[in-house]
Amino acid sequence: MCVSADAPQRGTFEELAMPLFSQLYNFAHWLAQNREEAEDLVQETYVKALRGFGSFQQGTNFRAWMYRILRNTFLTSRTGMKASMTVPLEDEEGPVAAVTTDAQTPEAILIDRNHQDLLQAALEELPLHQREIVLLCEVEEMSYQEIADTLSVPIGTVMSRLSRARAALRAGVQKKLQKTV
Amino acid sequence: MTMSPDDSGIRQAGSSHDQWRVQLDTYLDGELPADQMRALDGHLRTCPSCAADALARVQFKRAVKTAGTRFVPSAAFRALIQKKIAAKPRRSWRFGFALAGAFALLLVAGLLTAYQQRQHLLQQQFYGEIADLHVSTLASANPVDVVSTDRHTVKPWFQGKIPFTFNLPELQGTDFTLVGGRVTYLGQVPGAHLIYQIRKHQISVFIFPEDLVNLRDSSKTTKERSFNLQTFTQEGLRYVVFGDVATDDIRKLSALLETAAKSS
Repeated sequence: MCVSADAPQRGTFEELAMPLFSQLYNFAHWLAQNREEAEDLVQETYVKALRGFGSFQQGTNFRAWMYRILRNTFLTSRTGMKASMTVPLEDEEGPVAAVTTDAQTPEAILIDRNHQDLLQAALEELPLHQREIVLLCEVEEMSYQEIADTLSVPIGTVMSRLSRARAALRAGVQKKLQKTV
Repeated sequence: MTMSPDDSGIRQAGSSHDQWRVQLDTYLDGELPADQMRALDGHLRTCPSCAADALARVQFKRAVKTAGTRFVPSAAFRALIQKKIAAKPRRSWRFGFALAGAFALLLVAGLLTAYQQRQHLLQQQFYGEIADLHVSTLASANPVDVVSTDRHTVKPWFQGKIPFTFNLPELQGTDFTLVGGRVTYLGQVPGAHLIYQIRKHQISVFIFPEDLVNLRDSSKTTKERSFNLQTFTQEGLRYVVFGDVATDDIRKLSALLETAAKSS
């Protein structure tokens, strides 16, 4: 479940930012899909955030602010620009088809942890805009509002994009499972 | 996205339960409005098919979380970032003021020291030149240009030769004798050089404009290059009494000159 983790709003930058370090690095690695680039990305994020900490509005969500900086930094990098060009021109606010499950669904099979690599591969293959929203919701457990703040999109877009991303992930896992059979 | 299911409609929808299932992810994300959350809760208790779907989705969410938590930063990288953003000790405005104050004090002390050193150097230079004038004059075959023991002869002699005038003391009843005087120059400024004698010792008295050199007045006799001297200012003029006689004699002559200067 996506839970809003309210960041502490007082303290030094170090006190606020360092607890997010591992999560930010994990997210950066998923975006960049490369260790060196992920490290550069995180480093640049921290430097930018430290520089702009004075302008950070106390009372707003610090975690979303950090993720937004990281994401924007990535999107302006060479890898990020290349990845963001693959965003499909779909109506993100439009209706999403109902997704049903049954006994042979990827969910059921993935209970077996041996298939984690399939799920990771399917995540990697998701286009950037779907990969990041799945990660923010499922891994970072952000609320829809936090995700909207991080991605700078309306909540409605978060919901539709998340729904499509989950469907694409399930489809990707299903496809990989069929290949292994 | 959060469609409000119509219970009767769902019942009519039969086994597909799509109206409910389309909300399941939002429900499991905890983002469904409270009334819809309650309605879906009720449905899941009574619908094994939707409940199984919900369970499968929960398992999928867990699997994604596990799969997504994949990359761990190295300890060295963490240390690097930690070092980069380490909070520097905050310096309060008081510290800033104290620092600025200390800096200002140091600056003032430095300037004062430099000024004093420069003044000391100028003073040493002045006394050195005074000593040279005294010695070279006494060594000369004609130490004075106006030879007279009469102050009323010596004083007028300087008229038109130096840009100031001065009074000379009456020496009657003292051990001092006026030998004479001459025009001298110090730093290209003309002044009066008077020679007095006491017990075969000769004392030089120099009179220059006060602004020629900035010396500290002192009632005490000081020593310069083994000579004794005393200096004072009066009426815009600097008097320097200089010689190898005892300090007491220098002081006495100095007092006589000062009294005469004041009576002008």
